[in-house]
Amino acid sequence: MQHIIKAVLLGAIVLAAAFATNFARDLSYQVSAIVIILWAGYLFIREIGKIGNPPAPVETGYMDGVVRAGVIATVFWGITGFTVGVWIAFQLAFPDLNLSELTHGYLNFGRLRPLHTSAVIFAFGGNALIATSFYVVQRTSAARLFGGNLAWFVFWGYQLFIVLAALSYVLGASQSREYAEPEWYIDIWLTIVWVAYLVVFAGTIYKRKEPHIYVANWFYLAFIITIAMLHIVNNLAVPVSIFGSKSVSLFSGVQDAMTQWWYGHNAVGFFLTAGFLGMMYYFVPKQANRPVFSYKLSIVHFWALIFLYIWAGPHHLHYTALPDWAQTLGMVMSIILWMPSWGGMINGLMTLSGAWDKLRTDPVLRIMVVSIAFYGMSTFEGPMMAIKAVNSLSHYTDWTIGHVHSGALGWNGMITFGALYFLVPKLWFRERLYSDKLVNYHFWLATIGIVLYASAMWVSGIMEGLMWREVDAQGFLVNAFSDTVVAKFSLLVIRGTGGLFFLTGALIMAYNLWKTAIGAGEATPIKAASSVPAE
Amino acid sequence: MAKKPVKKQEVETTGHEWDGIQEYNNPLPRWWLWTTYLTIIWGIGYIIAYPAIPLINGATPGLLGYSSRAEVAADIAEIEAQNAPLTARIIELELTEISSDELVGGEADGFAYNGGRAVFQTFCAQCHGAGANGSKGYPSLIDDDWLWGGSIEEIYTTISHGIRHETDLDTRISEMPAFGEFLSKEEIVGIVDYVGSLSSINGAVATEEHEMLFLDNCAACHADDGTGDRFAGAPNLTDAIWLYGSDSATLIDTVTYARAGVMPAWSGRLSESQIRQAAVYIHSLGGGE
Repeated sequence: MQHIIKAVLLGAIVLAAAFATNFARDLSYQVSAIVIILWAGYLFIREIGKIGNPPAPVETGYMDGVVRAGVIATVFWGITGFTVGVWIAFQLAFPDLNLSELTHGYLNFGRLRPLHTSAVIFAFGGNALIATSFYVVQRTSAARLFGGNLAWFVFWGYQLFIVLAALSYVLGASQSREYAEPEWYIDIWLTIVWVAYLVVFAGTIYKRKEPHIYVANWFYLAFIITIAMLHIVNNLAVPVSIFGSKSVSLFSGVQDAMTQWWYGHNAVGFFLTAGFLGMMYYFVPKQANRPVFSYKLSIVHFWALIFLYIWAGPHHLHYTALPDWAQTLGMVMSIILWMPSWGGMINGLMTLSGAWDKLRTDPVLRIMVVSIAFYGMSTFEGPMMAIKAVNSLSHYTDWTIGHVHSGALGWNGMITFGALYFLVPKLWFRERLYSDKLVNYHFWLATIGIVLYASAMWVSGIMEGLMWREVDAQGFLVNAFSDTVVAKFSLLVIRGTGGLFFLTGALIMAYNLWKTAIGAGEATPIKAASSVPAE
Repeated sequence: MAKKPVKKQEVETTGHEWDGIQEYNNPLPRWWLWTTYLTIIWGIGYIIAYPAIPLINGATPGLLGYSSRAEVAADIAEIEAQNAPLTARIIELELTEISSDELVGGEADGFAYNGGRAVFQTFCAQCHGAGANGSKGYPSLIDDDWLWGGSIEEIYTTISHGIRHETDLDTRISEMPAFGEFLSKEEIVGIVDYVGSLSSINGAVATEEHEMLFLDNCAACHADDGTGDRFAGAPNLTDAIWLYGSDSATLIDTVTYARAGVMPAWSGRLSESQIRQAAVYIHSLGGGE
């Protein structure tokens, strides 16, 4: 009976998408509709095939299939996102790489840039967060994921969101809101998937067999709830037609800008900080095999971080039409945010006290420690750049790009790599990683890549800022914008090279993880003892 | 629901355990706590000093009475006051006198030249290039080939009123017809061959028939000898400078569909003194007449 209901529902989706394809007013919408037909059509046929089957046996133990899929997706989207990033970095240095004649503008920087940011933040980072949160919440709650196959819906629904978003950017549909580019129908789909994610995660916490909720789960939960709120509010819009991509935002003028940066800054705060702190709070103590440094610190910095981050958005709009009072509050809250952010760094690093010697022998732990160091650096740099005097120099320059990437590559990238190196042997029942030596290569390539990237962007950004504001004794501007573009050419090349290092490291990781998963160099897989709840 | 046996551990753990992870009960690091307090105290001070708390109408002004707009306005007023005698002088003088004037003339450290360069780099370089050498569709300003004239007065008029800027009544307007609408493909190719022969490009050989076509259709604006007419903004076709390109395919496009580039009128957007400075700067670039 269940299969019949599902098949009817999927059939209805196929029909609706077929109508949408026929009446589509633009290419992006039409292609999206075709993708949905294919996706729902495949599931429809699969459900039809299942009708009459005896009900599947109820599975117990931890639900790790979806985590395995998430790990694969994380690596896949990571490599994709890094590759596009390297490509667009070189497009900025060598504009001929836009290949405008050959691709008729479809692969211009303007279309590939959101593809890169969405691929690394939402596809790579998002899959890493979903996969690790599903793993961590089961282990620390000693309970199987809530909601049966709902977790699989979250996984595949999220991949569909990524594919629809990526296609729409290249085909020219965008809300032009940074990090919130997908148009209305993709936003609605993501909302559905996200609510399902919340249900699975919160449901698992609710049925936990541990008396207390582990700190990692507070962070994951804060991330899921806040992202839902940010996503819905920032994307409030009226579609021009039910059969077209274009929509009009509910906000306008400076309110629109403020809503966007309230969203944009908290995407950093809750997606890239709170969510990944959840990751850190599980994988670092596990890998180091040491207790977390301070329970008190984790409570205090958690609530301080959650309370303060949401106010800091206005620092993206210093010296704009935003009223002075809002700029003041944004700056003040950003500065006070400094220590709460560092609470996570202290708790991560101090967890290693008494185990520092492990850094010599464990390259995975080394990756995690470097990620925490980059976290500390960028959460100091952020508040500093929020100071109006500093911001007047740094804003709109490459410094911002350098800051974002020391956080994204250093913190988010590295902690994810650490988690992946931890997870793959566990999930594929292997004794150990295929090669520690390759982990070490990855570590050095990634670290050198980030240093090249960030330092090139610091120099370039400060130079740009100084050149833009340079006036002669008579009060005239000295430089044209294009003078700054010429001046930073070599730095743009160094930045692209840094990205290439980082990408190469990730490719080595993918190879190492693949070899680990297929059991290369191991006699027999160890027994699947770790896949059932401990007690 | 299984109760964890509390393991014998160092006294400082909280006694909880999740998947083997325990937590020490260490106190908050002192330096961390005090730095937090310091940032909060600083924040309160800053909120008192600067506009911060939104009210029903406006916001608290802060003890310093700071406003970012007032700050910018003050900066601009200061520079304007400092330069007031110079800008007044530029408006007073005839355009041709500016560059040799003692007060505002001269290159490198000359006020008019520097001001013109700043205006150019901010408003003109987007199309004409930072070096003013132009690109396809955007004329170079450093050669001596001018569509509408290269004297400083003519340059000044072009900057002030723009080209085909429809809302400015004094804008420069000319309209080349799209000959594709009334000439055959062969006739257009013939004209292009003739034009090519004028400036010895394309190795084109023109016949008398082609010349007749040119005289009938083009000479009214471009002159019988093809040297153009600046009153009509009709380019000289006998030199080696081509705004849209000189290969046959481009020329066929030009004759078939015509060209009509636009440039905004800057009067009203830039001050009179700024437009004059820009004219001085552009005139000095090498092609000024």
